[in-house]
Amino acid sequence: MEAASAAVRQKQKRRSGFSAERRLGTAMMAPSLVVMALVAAFPIGYAIWLSLNEYSVRTPGLSRFVGIDNYTEALGDSRFWDAFRATFIFTGISVSIELVLGVAFALAMHQAFRGRAVLRATVLVPWAVLTFGTGLLWRSIFEPNLGFAPSMLSALGLPGGDVLWYGEDGWAMATLIFADVWKTAPFMALLLLAGLQVIPEEVYDAAKVDGATAWQRFTRITLPLLKPAILVALLFRTLDALRVFDLPFALTNGANGTTTLSLHAYNELTKNRLVGEGSALAVLTFVVVMTVSFLYIRFVGGNIRAMAEES
Amino acid sequence: MAQITLDKLTKRYPDGFEAVKEMSLTVEDGEFVILVGPSGCGKSTALRMIAGLEDITDGELRIGDEVVNDKAPKDRDIAMVFQNYALYPHMSVRDNMGFALKLRGTDKAEIDKKVEEAARILDLEQHLDRRPANLSGGQRQRVAMGRAIVRDPAAFLMDEPLSNLDAKLRVQMRTEVSRIQKNLGTTTIYVTHDQTEAMTLGDRVAVMRSGLLQQVGSPMELYNHPLNLFVAGFIGSPAMNFMPATVEGETVKLPIGDVRLPDEVHGRLGGTEGKTLIAGVRPENFEDASLVGDARDRGSTFPAHIEVLESLGSELYAHFTVASEQQIESQELRELAEDVGGGEVPMAGEEGRIVARLDPASEVRVGQESELWVDATRVHLFDPEDGRNLTTDAKGPAAVDGGQGGRDPEAAPPPAETR
Amino acid sequence: MTSEAARVAGAPARAGARISQEKRRRDRRNRILLWAAVVAIMVFCLFPFYWLINTSLKTGQDLSTAKIFPPNPSLDNYKSIFEDSNFTTALRNSVIVSGITTALALVIGSFAGYALARLRFRGKFIMLAIILSITTFPPIAIAAPLFKFWTDLGIYDTLLGLVPPFLAFTLPLTIYVLASFFKEIPKDLSEAALVDGATHFQAFRKVVMPLAAPGLVTAGLLSFIWAWNEFLLAITLTSSPSARPVPPALAFFTGSQKFEVPLGTITAATVVVTVPLVALVLIFQKRIVAGLTAGAVKG
Ligand SMILES: Nc1ncnc2c1ncn2[C@@H]1O[C@H](COP(=O)(O)OP(=O)(O)OP(=O)(O)O)[C@@H](O)[C@H]1O
Ligand SMILES: [Mg+2]
Repeated sequence: MEAASAAVRQKQKRRSGFSAERRLGTAMMAPSLVVMALVAAFPIGYAIWLSLNEYSVRTPGLSRFVGIDNYTEALGDSRFWDAFRATFIFTGISVSIELVLGVAFALAMHQAFRGRAVLRATVLVPWAVLTFGTGLLWRSIFEPNLGFAPSMLSALGLPGGDVLWYGEDGWAMATLIFADVWKTAPFMALLLLAGLQVIPEEVYDAAKVDGATAWQRFTRITLPLLKPAILVALLFRTLDALRVFDLPFALTNGANGTTTLSLHAYNELTKNRLVGEGSALAVLTFVVVMTVSFLYIRFVGGNIRAMAEES
Repeated sequence: MAQITLDKLTKRYPDGFEAVKEMSLTVEDGEFVILVGPSGCGKSTALRMIAGLEDITDGELRIGDEVVNDKAPKDRDIAMVFQNYALYPHMSVRDNMGFALKLRGTDKAEIDKKVEEAARILDLEQHLDRRPANLSGGQRQRVAMGRAIVRDPAAFLMDEPLSNLDAKLRVQMRTEVSRIQKNLGTTTIYVTHDQTEAMTLGDRVAVMRSGLLQQVGSPMELYNHPLNLFVAGFIGSPAMNFMPATVEGETVKLPIGDVRLPDEVHGRLGGTEGKTLIAGVRPENFEDASLVGDARDRGSTFPAHIEVLESLGSELYAHFTVASEQQIESQELRELAEDVGGGEVPMAGEEGRIVARLDPASEVRVGQESELWVDATRVHLFDPEDGRNLTTDAKGPAAVDGGQGGRDPEAAPPPAETR
Repeated sequence: MTSEAARVAGAPARAGARISQEKRRRDRRNRILLWAAVVAIMVFCLFPFYWLINTSLKTGQDLSTAKIFPPNPSLDNYKSIFEDSNFTTALRNSVIVSGITTALALVIGSFAGYALARLRFRGKFIMLAIILSITTFPPIAIAAPLFKFWTDLGIYDTLLGLVPPFLAFTLPLTIYVLASFFKEIPKDLSEAALVDGATHFQAFRKVVMPLAAPGLVTAGLLSFIWAWNEFLLAITLTSSPSARPVPPALAFFTGSQKFEVPLGTITAATVVVTVPLVALVLIFQKRIVAGLTAGAVKG
């Protein structure tokens, strides 16, 4: 009897301990949540409201509700689809190149050799360069007379020497991709290196004894086991690339088919002062990014989770 | 199936550390050889050189008649079972076992047949389509075995394959491994630091220490005729008791009393008169004096003050201490104690603890003075300087191995002389 | 084959040595390949940055030559940017805004990170979902609303106005990195503190925080670098040089000569704002890599 009531007391005490923990948990989350809600989530809602109105350019403060007019207008405008295409071309090509280079770099960084630490540090340099500065940097490389790339190419007699790189259709996108690959392939490599480091050496030994050649070890052991890291890195990079803004702004200012979705919305909002259409474009950008991340997590994310649970 | 020959195999790591020093050993076709030794003595290194996972610094390795020093692991036709199993986490059990065959281009039906056969032997049939992560430790271990069996290789190499299992499972898998090896008759080299595995599994046992092969022989040979202090102390559990000893004529003076040595042993002890030696007596070579009977003449009796008695039902261990004026300063003994793990080797310095295994029928009591008996024919005497066993007539690994290995006995000095 | 020949010759040991030489040759080839790859990666990473520095050291006529070394290296570009008050103000602004953002992110981010890592409370999953979705937010989507709110609140075109949105965007990363560091601190330690009579908050402040110092360095650096880099919000929420941080200031850079892209000065300015970052990153290399990969490996 005595013991039983003691147990009950004990239990109650424990439960109150839990509720204290719960309260503390909520309290500790609160400041971050408030900031994120007030400065990110709430404005998104307001952006949707803005996009449903039309604003007078001449008389500030004058507006009227127009429903989805801004959206139909934006979607009916070829500039939106140009930006859409440019964004996806940029994302698709640069992320693919980054993945291939990232895997190659990661494999090299994973080897044991003297000076490995130096290599791993070096790889962080592009990542540390200001993103906007990266645009300027690549501009200095592709600058017609001053730049390294055109002079090198013409010296070697390769195509591209006499091209006004960031000032011509197609070539402008190429410079953008160059810049992005340079800045982020090393970052990708670091993420993948971390993935490589958790593959136990013993598994490779087993594969060697089982008769796998170096190439077979790469395709049948390394790649499948690196898959979770690859998928995560791809997700990060894809979402970043879809939102790209600084690079085209600094490098081409959107000329020659390099206006991305973010840049297009920005131009409408600030240069053309079209708050309604601009907001609609911003919301559309948001929707595109969200859709891609949703699809990715839906179709690939389950995969990641399943793999994480298994290991 | 093949014979494996190690000819003065040496491994020097890039940092200059010599992990294996001139190791020579011949494993006959179908033989099961155990490689034992304390942690860090180079067992894994030796095995990995055989597998082709480590470069061979010096010496020659032959599988069958072929020198394979520079062959890649895949061209050596050996299968290996790893300590942590090294199963491919992204493949099902079936794919794990069939991987090697698949790489070789074996056709699918054949692979399936072999995998299923191996699964039957190992009782893994229900688990073939599961991932390693979802298996128990014992099941994973069996998959690792299965992966080796399926290949039907020239040899199995196993690096402490059971050390990650709990005690009960380990006993079970031990018999399993033994059974499978017997049935398949595949040449096997098995690394362990487990006493019991070493004594029960193999046809022969090779004892290593700091990269040097100490002795190779059947378990009983090692047990009864250890070539040196290290092998004597390393093999056997509880370990051999050590105490200081001086030879005076036909008797040897031990802290427990004087013991008369058999003539043929005495004959080998020339030149040790008056020197302080180390005597080694295994626990089972003691007995309750009242229960000895006929054998009494083979040894001598002495009084002992029993401090602890441990009864395991079938066995009875009596612990007592002996005091001695003599002290032995032996580097060998100190290192042995370190290698085997602190305190496991009773050191009879000023005051030594002795463990005796007595007949369970014994009536000795804790705290009482009891009359014990020691078998004089089983007393080993070791040289404190180099650890050499002075009472045995065997001549080092070369001599023991000579019948089978066929290597030049003069090629490597007996390990005792290498210090 | 080779071994057969050796056997006939009766010199197995020699044969071993000879084959080893072949192997050594193969190893050497592999090493050469590896070194080639390493050099290629280093050049890939460093050369463009070198070109930036190269350009920044050129003046006048040299700015229209693609010489690999500046023919007449000069620090004039650097002198002129430091004489430009717009640039120095921007530097100061960036330091202030990034510093404040980082400090705040560390304080409130460590609370949230600890709660996520160690406390049991309801709605944890939703928190995680919110945090993750913020990381996918395109800043452009909130640029117009913030412009409007900030104008109404009177903090448009002020340093103060930049801090909240920067904070909102750096918090997810900070929380994530800190949570993964907190998870690695043995639970026993905070439990021991609880048993010794500490409250959960005391356990956090007195036991966990001191041990999480490396995590704070990592999260702080990542957050600082993010804020230092941010361009879109910085350019939409400021309009005058007095409130502009470095990236938008670079966008408005005109340098000494008008009507011409001032590549000399603009590259010099980029070098100046990048070098401290590169130095920080190299000094704290291990910490940063740990932070960047905290998420990737665990999925
Ligand atoms: N890559 C290496 N570089 C330098 N020394 C090494 C290397 N690998 C192992 N060693 C050293 O070689 C010695 C033998 O190592 P090995 O792994 O063969 O020991 P082991 O007998 O298998 O021990 P254990 O029972 O602990 O597995 C050890 O002293 C170890 O420190
Ligand atoms: Mg080992």
